[in-house]
Amino acid sequence: MTAPPLGGEQALHLLATMWRIRLFEERVGQLKRADEVHGLVHLSVGQEGVAAGVCTQLRDDDAVYSGHRAHGHAIAKGASLDRVMAELMGRDGGLCRGLGGSMHLVDREHGFLGATGVVGGNVPIALGSALAARLRGDDAVAVVFFGDGAVQAGHFNETVNLAALWQLPIVLVCENNGFAEFTPRSAHTVVERVTDVVAPYGLERETVDGNDVVAVFAAFGRYLAAAREGGGPVLLECLTHRLRGHYEGDPGAYREALAAADWQEKDPIVRLQRRGLESGWFAESALQAIEADAAEAVEASVRFARASPFPDSGLTASMVYAAPTG
Amino acid sequence: MSHELPFIAAIDEAIRLEMERDDTVLYFGQNMATTENEPYVDAFGKDRVRVTPISETAEIGMAIGAAIAGYRPVVELYMAEFMLVAMDQVINEAPRFRAMSGGQVKVPLVLKAGFGFTAGWAGQHTGTIGALFMGVPGLKVVMPSTAADAKGLMATAIRDDNPVVYLHHYLLTLEHGEVPDGEYLVPFGEAAIRREGSDVTIVATGWTVDRALGAAETLAAEGIQAEVIDPRTLAPLDTQTILESVDKTGRLVLVDQATRHASVSTVIAGEVAEHGFSSLKAPIVQVTALDATIPYSEPLEAWVMPNEDKIVAAVQRVVGAAPVTA
Repeated sequence: MTAPPLGGEQALHLLATMWRIRLFEERVGQLKRADEVHGLVHLSVGQEGVAAGVCTQLRDDDAVYSGHRAHGHAIAKGASLDRVMAELMGRDGGLCRGLGGSMHLVDREHGFLGATGVVGGNVPIALGSALAARLRGDDAVAVVFFGDGAVQAGHFNETVNLAALWQLPIVLVCENNGFAEFTPRSAHTVVERVTDVVAPYGLERETVDGNDVVAVFAAFGRYLAAAREGGGPVLLECLTHRLRGHYEGDPGAYREALAAADWQEKDPIVRLQRRGLESGWFAESALQAIEADAAEAVEASVRFARASPFPDSGLTASMVYAAPTG
Repeated sequence: MSHELPFIAAIDEAIRLEMERDDTVLYFGQNMATTENEPYVDAFGKDRVRVTPISETAEIGMAIGAAIAGYRPVVELYMAEFMLVAMDQVINEAPRFRAMSGGQVKVPLVLKAGFGFTAGWAGQHTGTIGALFMGVPGLKVVMPSTAADAKGLMATAIRDDNPVVYLHHYLLTLEHGEVPDGEYLVPFGEAAIRREGSDVTIVATGWTVDRALGAAETLAAEGIQAEVIDPRTLAPLDTQTILESVDKTGRLVLVDQATRHASVSTVIAGEVAEHGFSSLKAPIVQVTALDATIPYSEPLEAWVMPNEDKIVAAVQRVVGAAPVTA
């Protein structure tokens, strides 16, 4: 295996991004149980390697769409922890002023154009961003995250067909965690690998270990470069494992808990730390500071969110229609 | 200055003028631009005018994404029922994005579709389904009844910063009318009073407006002066003009080709019952399609539909009815 295109700074940035997501989401889980977070929450604990490996390579003018499990993608794309936390608490200081919540995060400033709560509904919308980039004639790309459950939906197949037909610059990133909500993939389809689903359309495609952030970073980097140079659609399938239930509070009776040893093997943070130390990408002394910085940023986000007021009830009516531009 | 055009050509004129005026207006749909000498392609190029596969979800989803990215797509859907295969995009994505993002993004797009083709098309191409969409916050719903409005409402729809469902009645396709030259905009949310009268208010939409005007002529010969109102847009709905008319006439007959419980007329009846009850001298009467799937057989097709005779009979009932007693 060739060495990944990864320097020490990049490795530390990936690690810091994963820690921010991990600690943020674990805190969200606590706040959900304490009833400070209002709605349905889907956590991505264990899947941070995909968000970090992909989004840290993107610019603000690259569009990212995500689904119901979107906190990590938004944070990795640059969303402020303060404003994501405030959103999850339904506050006016949230990214969406408390109107969207966990499943509908949007951070336009950073090109996180949105999460949608209906599985697969985001895939064709992301294609619209790819079309827009092509029409503008610039080298921006569209990236859409979806789970393996979305692949069986019509949205996905219609979009892949059209993306291939028009050769639009979209990177389809499938987080294959083996479960569509509560059901194993084998109960939904006979096609095990998502890369096989798109094979007839001729997409460049690869299946990688999504819990290996270095592998995700390298594979996505190649696809991103091709898309920037005018290439068509590609699909990156990241095999991963969510360490928590489908939603926060899910009893998870449909699957067996990971043994502690397996957890060590799969955890993308543990793996990058081990590999980075072995490869000399960073020193042991750097690790503690990264985790501590992330922890402090998460606590600051909780303070910010708690201090932010709930939105005024008049906000709802003003958001129904955009005012005419005339 | 004006010129005479068939209804369908008036719509076309508006789209062409808007595409000339604004480079961000896109036009795509099935069966469009399939030949090299297609006039829209000649005028605007293959980037802006595109033929799509039979993939309503991808077409509409992509339009949403392009709209969020700054374009103004017009999606040609041909039949209103074809939107039903993409209900997630029409109802749960396009109109929700602005609100869910706290106003960060807007979704200016037009979903153009014909409806109500009660000319032997039987159960699946004949529905009058506009009212399904009027209750969705964030969607605007347009239903012109004249060639001039067909043009002016399409131009307004394209310039509007919100998703607009533009529904044109297929039985009006070749009806001719005077259409203003050049730029012509009809504002949303302003009903047109098609005929003034003092004895009864008739509200009708789409193809039923002409039926109501025909009934009004018959009634005039009997000495009954009917006021005929065409709301023109179902959302936003100009209830004020209707209430003012009912305040004058004291009687209300509502005509709608939709089945009753999915009709505009039922919504208007509720508004007037709540806000105009003290004006009413007689119960409100609705002349809607019967609650049935439109039959193929011609006599049965006619039997379920509203017509002039049914409207005349309804007016005679309300005019002859005893006053409402408090």
